[in-house]
Amino acid sequence: MTSLASSKYETYENDVLIIGAGGAGLRAAVEALAQGASVGVVCKSLLGKAHTVMAEGGIAAAMCNVDPADGWRPHFRDTMRGGKLLNNWRMAQLHAQESPDRVRELEQWGALFDRTESGNILQRAFGGHTFKRLCHVGDRTGLEMIRTLQDRGVQQGIDVYMECTITRLLKDGDRIAGALGYWREQGRFVIFKAKSVVIATGGIGKAWKVTSNSWECTGDGMALAYEAGAELLDMEFVQFHPTGMVWPPGVQGLLVTEAVRGEGGILRNKNGERFMEKYDPKRMELSTRDVVARSIYTEVKEGRGSPHGGAFLDISHKPAEYVKRKLPSMYHQFKELADVDITKDPMEVGPTCHYMMGGIRVDAETGRTSVPGLFSAGEAAAGLHGANRLGGNSLSDLLVFGRRAGFAAAEHAKGTAAASIDSAQIDEAERQLLAPFERTTGENPYTIHGELQDMLQALVGIFRTEEDLVKALGELQKFKARAAVMRVEGSRLFNPGWHLSRDLQHMLVVAEAVTRSALARRESRGAHSRIDFPKTEEEWGKKNHVIVRKGEAMTLIEMPVREMPEELKQILAEEK
Amino acid sequence: MADVTLRVFRGDGNGGGPVDYEVALTPGMVVLDALHAIQAHQAPDLAVRWNCKAAKCGSCSAEVNGRPRLACKTRMDALPLDKPVVVYPLKSFPVIKDLVTDVSWNYKVNAKIPAFQPRPGVKWAMEQRDVDRAQEFRKCIECFLCQDVCHVVREHGKLEQFGGPRFFVRVAGLEMHPLDGVSRTKLLKEELGLGLCNITKCCTEVCPEEIHITDNAIIPLKERVVDEFYDPLTMLVRKIRGAKTA
Repeated sequence: MTSLASSKYETYENDVLIIGAGGAGLRAAVEALAQGASVGVVCKSLLGKAHTVMAEGGIAAAMCNVDPADGWRPHFRDTMRGGKLLNNWRMAQLHAQESPDRVRELEQWGALFDRTESGNILQRAFGGHTFKRLCHVGDRTGLEMIRTLQDRGVQQGIDVYMECTITRLLKDGDRIAGALGYWREQGRFVIFKAKSVVIATGGIGKAWKVTSNSWECTGDGMALAYEAGAELLDMEFVQFHPTGMVWPPGVQGLLVTEAVRGEGGILRNKNGERFMEKYDPKRMELSTRDVVARSIYTEVKEGRGSPHGGAFLDISHKPAEYVKRKLPSMYHQFKELADVDITKDPMEVGPTCHYMMGGIRVDAETGRTSVPGLFSAGEAAAGLHGANRLGGNSLSDLLVFGRRAGFAAAEHAKGTAAASIDSAQIDEAERQLLAPFERTTGENPYTIHGELQDMLQALVGIFRTEEDLVKALGELQKFKARAAVMRVEGSRLFNPGWHLSRDLQHMLVVAEAVTRSALARRESRGAHSRIDFPKTEEEWGKKNHVIVRKGEAMTLIEMPVREMPEELKQILAEEK
Repeated sequence: MADVTLRVFRGDGNGGGPVDYEVALTPGMVVLDALHAIQAHQAPDLAVRWNCKAAKCGSCSAEVNGRPRLACKTRMDALPLDKPVVVYPLKSFPVIKDLVTDVSWNYKVNAKIPAFQPRPGVKWAMEQRDVDRAQEFRKCIECFLCQDVCHVVREHGKLEQFGGPRFFVRVAGLEMHPLDGVSRTKLLKEELGLGLCNITKCCTEVCPEEIHITDNAIIPLKERVVDEFYDPLTMLVRKIRGAKTA
């Protein structure tokens, strides 16, 4: 069977195949390599361009360099409270315990963080974190992390397959056997054979209209895993970051780092009122993201918004040199794209779809999914952040669980013989991929994508109701029908329209999972706000939502939250 | 607002030429927005790389009115709009399609550079003022505009003997890391062709991160190479003691 498939297609073989070259994928690759596996990393863009480069504020890790009272326990407590206790507590524990070592490791591989007076890694305040915890490099921490991991991986000998999109996971019976993809440049199909596959494809923001995410964030890994039989967890929890740019139109949604507030930025409405006093007088601007996003949204909705429909975020009371030093990319971003000098004038900001707390259901220790040989880490995986993620906990998530998934994937590969790939599944996938070229009628994928974004923004946004969500499910069926007959023009040579036609299918799967889960959760918790069920209900705090494929149908299951051990309960109970 | 004309290169490795598109101007529009508008409404197969739209990833490099720039950072209202805005791919790299070029050479050069390696027994403490210098180089977003504009690459095509400004910046970031224990001067001299650079500063001019490529990276590296290989005293010592590898 294998020879048949490989004679027709370009084929590569690695012990471990990692899909996605952001922080989680690269950290997994470095670890799998260290365990002696041969490792391939496949990514949709050029190496080093993954969405992790956009991470600005920092990596949350209780290093205790600035606040000696910090430690893994307070970090665990903040993470659980931020996630409204729906988090996988074991992941939250491992994350808090291991992130300092993961940061030190980056430093040992050449990362250069900002320093304290005594020469240690400097840490800054961030929303929901009790102590100054975020290790950072100005406001370009993600770039530093990507470069460090990229250089490490390349030097250690990972095989990188750039500008390649995976369109299907290949299986041998129940177990994973590899993946099928196409080279974006030439449009040729390619097969990757592997004993273990790690999904590290990041988020799904591009399904919404106003988003901080790049074109790559189309939920590929979640959809691929779902189609291969894995489970999706807590998909209703989509984070809207409170501060995206609102003007000019071309940059609407672009991230304005939380570090602006971490460094002392103040939010005001058009009347000059510091409105966070009303919503969270204790934590003010450094409240959790779900709260700040809803507060800005409410101010705008009630007529107190800025001229372009946002809030004012002001850092101009700090010395200009300080602002330029600590927030250089924000300074340039506003100066060049919005004609605003943030050292003198306030920024206009509003909520933007930013991060997916939900994702592939994984084992806390190993990142293992329910499909043998399939692992996941980073934003594509779920569990750590519960109902709401704290700023800075994403980069540390990538490092801690990227490493764990890479380790487990390599271990799994050691004990496994090569799988065989049945060519029938490849032929079918190929037929589906090429069908849009053969149609003489049908819509342009850009049109369908644009309308999908508008629909999700309107009906599955920050505030949700049963009526909207039911309507959204109906709309999704119509979008699916339109996407099934869309048409692509041109050739297979680097054709973004064709690329989008495939990514759109992934977005539709994930959007449906989000909508179904949001409809089922009849309460408000963290990032999930139901106007018709505004309270957080204790009973709902005991349930996670799991989405699985039953035949062709998407099915939702309620799963009890696992009981927390006594020692962790005690940490949570402590007041801080 | 008014319509503007974009004159975009359409073609592939076998050739091609400019095609004009009319785009409705919106407030604050950048060249990448205009290209996206063309994709969405007129030419869905128009190939252009992009990711972050915020000058942080360095994907959307192109030549706008003949100047290497990031399309996401180039405001339409900063360009003369009474004539077409001309958007071409980076000239120094082979065209794959439209605005997408084959930049794989850069990744090959990068792989030659030894990674950071701490000196044995270092203490992991660094002063901010010592870190500042290397941090400047680590701002690089790998847009390769400096590579595109460099004469050694663009006019002379000396890809085999040369690393280019991007990788001098990378080496500088490693060499000036306060705790690094590896010397890359021999590599600079023999494999990356640092001597071919005649410091015309074209790379510095196009850097969107405003890295002082020539003054802060290339010139200090040239000095290191000179100290190591051409200093008369060192040469004499080396002659007496026998050649030592760098």
